[in-house]
Amino acid sequence: MIEFHLDGRSGVAPYLQLIHQVRHALRLGLLHEGDQLPKVKDVAAGLAINPNTVLKAYRQLEHEGLAAARPGIGTFVTGTLDGGPLAAHGPLRRDLQRWLAKARRAGLDDESIEALFASTFRSAAEEDIA
Amino acid sequence: MTAAIAAQGLGKRYRRTWALADCTLSVPAGHVVGLVGPNGAGKTTLLGLATGMLAPSTGTIEVLGGRPGSGRAQLARVGYLAQGAPVYAGLSVADHLRLGARLNPGWDAGPARSRIERLDLDPRQKAGTLSGGQRAQLALALAIAKRPQLLVLDEPVASLDPLARREFLQDLMEATADQDLSVVLSSHLITDIERVCDYLIVLAGSRVVAAGPAEELLATHHLLSGPRRDPASLPGGVQVISASHTDVQSTLLVRSTGPVLDPAWTVSEVGLEDLVLAYMSQAAGRGRRNHLEVQR
Repeated sequence: MIEFHLDGRSGVAPYLQLIHQVRHALRLGLLHEGDQLPKVKDVAAGLAINPNTVLKAYRQLEHEGLAAARPGIGTFVTGTLDGGPLAAHGPLRRDLQRWLAKARRAGLDDESIEALFASTFRSAAEEDIA
Repeated sequence: MTAAIAAQGLGKRYRRTWALADCTLSVPAGHVVGLVGPNGAGKTTLLGLATGMLAPSTGTIEVLGGRPGSGRAQLARVGYLAQGAPVYAGLSVADHLRLGARLNPGWDAGPARSRIERLDLDPRQKAGTLSGGQRAQLALALAIAKRPQLLVLDEPVASLDPLARREFLQDLMEATADQDLSVVLSSHLITDIERVCDYLIVLAGSRVVAAGPAEELLATHHLLSGPRRDPASLPGGVQVISASHTDVQSTLLVRSTGPVLDPAWTVSEVGLEDLVLAYMSQAAGRGRRNHLEVQR
């Protein structure tokens, strides 16, 4: 069973923080298909948060196909998440390192590199939606 | 579904001062409602009207479909925890549980006793010698054991240290998840409200200035910053709540149901604290202006 925590200063809505933590636990292999998620009442009492916030997070996970509610028992993990085949990570990382070296040579500092990556990532994601 | 609280033109006057005026609200059941606003804004008055401790001067209020304080059945459905968590100093913890059991028809003795045990309270201890946190926890245990459908809490955590505050809210959230319970609580602590409440009522200057599901309020308010310009140049449907200007820049907090598309503005999300503060300062500014006009 995983345990949730909340970062009050992150600016991320609490229900999203819960979703991220479940997804993160799935990626790290802390949660597997069939595992039960903490009961809504226990999360609400443990974190002192509104039970509707927990319900909303669980509903969203159900919608994503990662969890399913069994009435009267609880919510269980039904899906898996992985970050793509690990074999693909190596070449991608090398490409990224080459790109980073290029960006530095062009005179970009760390902050500019991060901003450029984030804005490119965002506009690519927006194009995908459109 | 019956509203937890429904008010129509509700007002309360003390001599010539309106403690609460022109309050129209419909709060659906099943929420944890946060009531925020500056001191003297009318929070305690609204809670007093909802519990039937006060009678309205104008308008009407219904709580769970009934008139507040209108009889045994109505009294049994509403729990009230007054400011400072008053208990009977001369009675022991066990006396309080016995008293609760005798006075409340729907009393749930088991959970009340286990809650007291979990708090490590000695049943024989006089309530007057409890710490502030223990007193608040005892009062909450009593209010929850009454099994109300609506629990009204006036500044329940204001005088508690951070640990006692967290424990109090944990117990409250557990009860909310466990029972079919609506909660209305007033507080100045926005971080607590943010965690616990999913519905918000902002009171300022004796009036309700904003009310709605917390998410909806956050989604319809935006922070705009950009080159200095007149707020009046904003398109219709965008309502300015607060504005500040430097010689070159304007920063506005606005309410708008649609997105703000003007590229001159940088639009960012608003946190609950900024939202509440904007409404409070808007009301305070209006109060000052009125005051000046009167002096002239």
